[in-house]
Amino acid sequence: MKNDNIKHAAAAAAFLQDREQARWHDSAIWWVRQKRDAQAKQLPEWEQLRALAQQIKAHTLSRLDEYLEQFQRNAEANGVTVHWAADAAEHNRIVHGILAAAGVKKLVKSKSMLTEECGLNPYLEQRGIAVIDTDLGERIVQLRHEPPSHIVMPAIHLKKEHISELFHKELGTEAGNNDPTYLTHAARANLREHFLSAGAGLTGVNFAIAETGGVVVCTNEGNADLGTALPAIHIASMGLEKIVPRLEHLGVFTRLLARSAIGSPITTYTSHFQQARPGGQMHIVIVDNGRSDILGSDDFYQSLRCIRCGACMNTCPVYRRSTGHSYSYIIPGPIGSTLGPSRDIKKHGSMAFACTTCGSCSNVCPVKINLHEQLILQRKRAFDAGTLKAAKKMGLLAMRFLTRHPSLMDAGGKLMRKVVPIVPQALTQHSAWSRPGRELPQMPAQSFKEMWQARKENKQ
Amino acid sequence: MNVALFIPCFVNELYPHVAMATAELLEGYGLNVDYPLAQSCCGQPLSNNGDSQGACDAARRFTGVFKDYDYIVSPSGSCTAYVKHHYPWYIADDADFQAMQPRVYEIVEFLQDVLKVDRLPKPVYFPHPVSIHQSCHGLRELGHAAPSELMIPYHSRLERILQLVDGVDVRLPERRDECCGFGGTFSVDEPEVSVAMGEDRVAQHEATGAEYIVGADPSCLMHMGGIIRHHGKAIRPLHIVEILTGRGGAA
Repeated sequence: MKNDNIKHAAAAAAFLQDREQARWHDSAIWWVRQKRDAQAKQLPEWEQLRALAQQIKAHTLSRLDEYLEQFQRNAEANGVTVHWAADAAEHNRIVHGILAAAGVKKLVKSKSMLTEECGLNPYLEQRGIAVIDTDLGERIVQLRHEPPSHIVMPAIHLKKEHISELFHKELGTEAGNNDPTYLTHAARANLREHFLSAGAGLTGVNFAIAETGGVVVCTNEGNADLGTALPAIHIASMGLEKIVPRLEHLGVFTRLLARSAIGSPITTYTSHFQQARPGGQMHIVIVDNGRSDILGSDDFYQSLRCIRCGACMNTCPVYRRSTGHSYSYIIPGPIGSTLGPSRDIKKHGSMAFACTTCGSCSNVCPVKINLHEQLILQRKRAFDAGTLKAAKKMGLLAMRFLTRHPSLMDAGGKLMRKVVPIVPQALTQHSAWSRPGRELPQMPAQSFKEMWQARKENKQ
Repeated sequence: MNVALFIPCFVNELYPHVAMATAELLEGYGLNVDYPLAQSCCGQPLSNNGDSQGACDAARRFTGVFKDYDYIVSPSGSCTAYVKHHYPWYIADDADFQAMQPRVYEIVEFLQDVLKVDRLPKPVYFPHPVSIHQSCHGLRELGHAAPSELMIPYHSRLERILQLVDGVDVRLPERRDECCGFGGTFSVDEPEVSVAMGEDRVAQHEATGAEYIVGADPSCLMHMGGIIRHHGKAIRPLHIVEILTGRGGAA
């Protein structure tokens, strides 16, 4: 579980203490952004695909109730048990209920940000059920007892040396052996035992198709397939916004998803789950957990179009220089900085300020969410909820006043221009502007207004 | 044609020569240029910190000051983008704003789209390598260039207008349009991230071998300028209007 008291500015400053590690993090993730660009460039219809994806999702959200009911009917006709969870607690109770009824003691999970959101792992562990994350990155952060730092690349904040050390301790690999292939094989051998001994497999859902009642899971490691093929019980947990109306719509999203996420034309596995295998069970848990509230918001409903590709994180210059662990909500980066504050503005309001409003996220988003604008709109909610620091609020109210009184603003500006040059540097070097290594601008003798008025008098 | 100068509050105080170059450039094309003295801040810092009441008041005030001019022109892409594209959050229904909105221009846009200039008022010879800084709001909200994220044909207003300058050697930094890290109050809310971004950006501009970083947004140039001076680097930030008026390098 994530410590939701994290304040981005302080956590990011701490991360930046090690500039070398921070530069590596920035470059590693920028490389993924470049791979995305290279793939997107190969499709002449890229921008049309984005527009189409946006429209399909917008349409679906406008009739979400109808499509969800259609999905349920078709899934049930396939013999799948469909459950509805209003919130995280209900989701966890349902999953536990299914496992307890079948006497399951071990659950293998493929990557699911929803179960992170719901805090499923600790819930089940407290009730005596072992949970094994089987996505390699997820497994690494699980063994480290930390949350994922990225929604697609959960362990992107770690170097192979960190993994080697961890696996030596947890899986008994050779000390100091940093070879990625060796380490991956060790994880794979360890995970195989868990796949074989688990009583149930849980997957997330990338897309749920209303027309067929089937769900689609996109992975690169095949772990979702092993986790559903070996144990007899498959539980698929999905947020209620994962619906697409028809199977023919799926191609629009699968073409965008992997290209946007990791710069690959497609994920290695795009697995369709339609019904339980003979003698097995398949359950789908449809989770609301605050999504209906977002759907009802004029400013933020667009965030429900998100297909969790993570491209906004890869392009975000702030994310790349602060890691996902600097954000209080389980989903970091631009999309997390609107979803988190939507969930709880008091807890996650500071995330909305971890943004220069550069707008790159809105441009890479495959479903064209107006991300950078949403972050500014979340700041309105933070201001109204009274979560701004007192000094900042005072500053804004002073600015508000000066904006209405230009002569006072001029007087203030003049004072600044006269005083700053004679203030000893010792007084300014600890300011937030100067502290990290940035000089104040040189102060000109005259403002433009003064120059303009003098010029006008000279002309007359 | 009556053109009003919209000079952002911090440019008025800190970069008066940029404002003056903007005025002279427009006058050089024979325009009647006015600087409405009642103008103050456009309200972007208020909006960016969630103060919708303050932002709304500032938007109404701005509209009252500027609505009667034929054109409103500014040497800041960010402030222009804010007025054009974010005032509707606060005063979408205001008829005066609706009538004014299409007449608000950033200076390079104005020269290219309204005046359609194919020469500078006075010939300019600027025999220096310059690295183009695409500022985010000019780029992604005004469409100053094709953003690297979008798969659309390449274009760049700054590169195009620099074709009117003799001798200039135009270069592009690696990561051609990454943010410099200023972000208004972000620069003091998250100073460490802001400076880390700025240092990376300055280094990328330096790596082109350019003597100047040229942009159309004084705020980004101020931020990078502060980092450049802190480290005593040789590269200099320069606003595009300073080159176009032949004052480049003088200030």
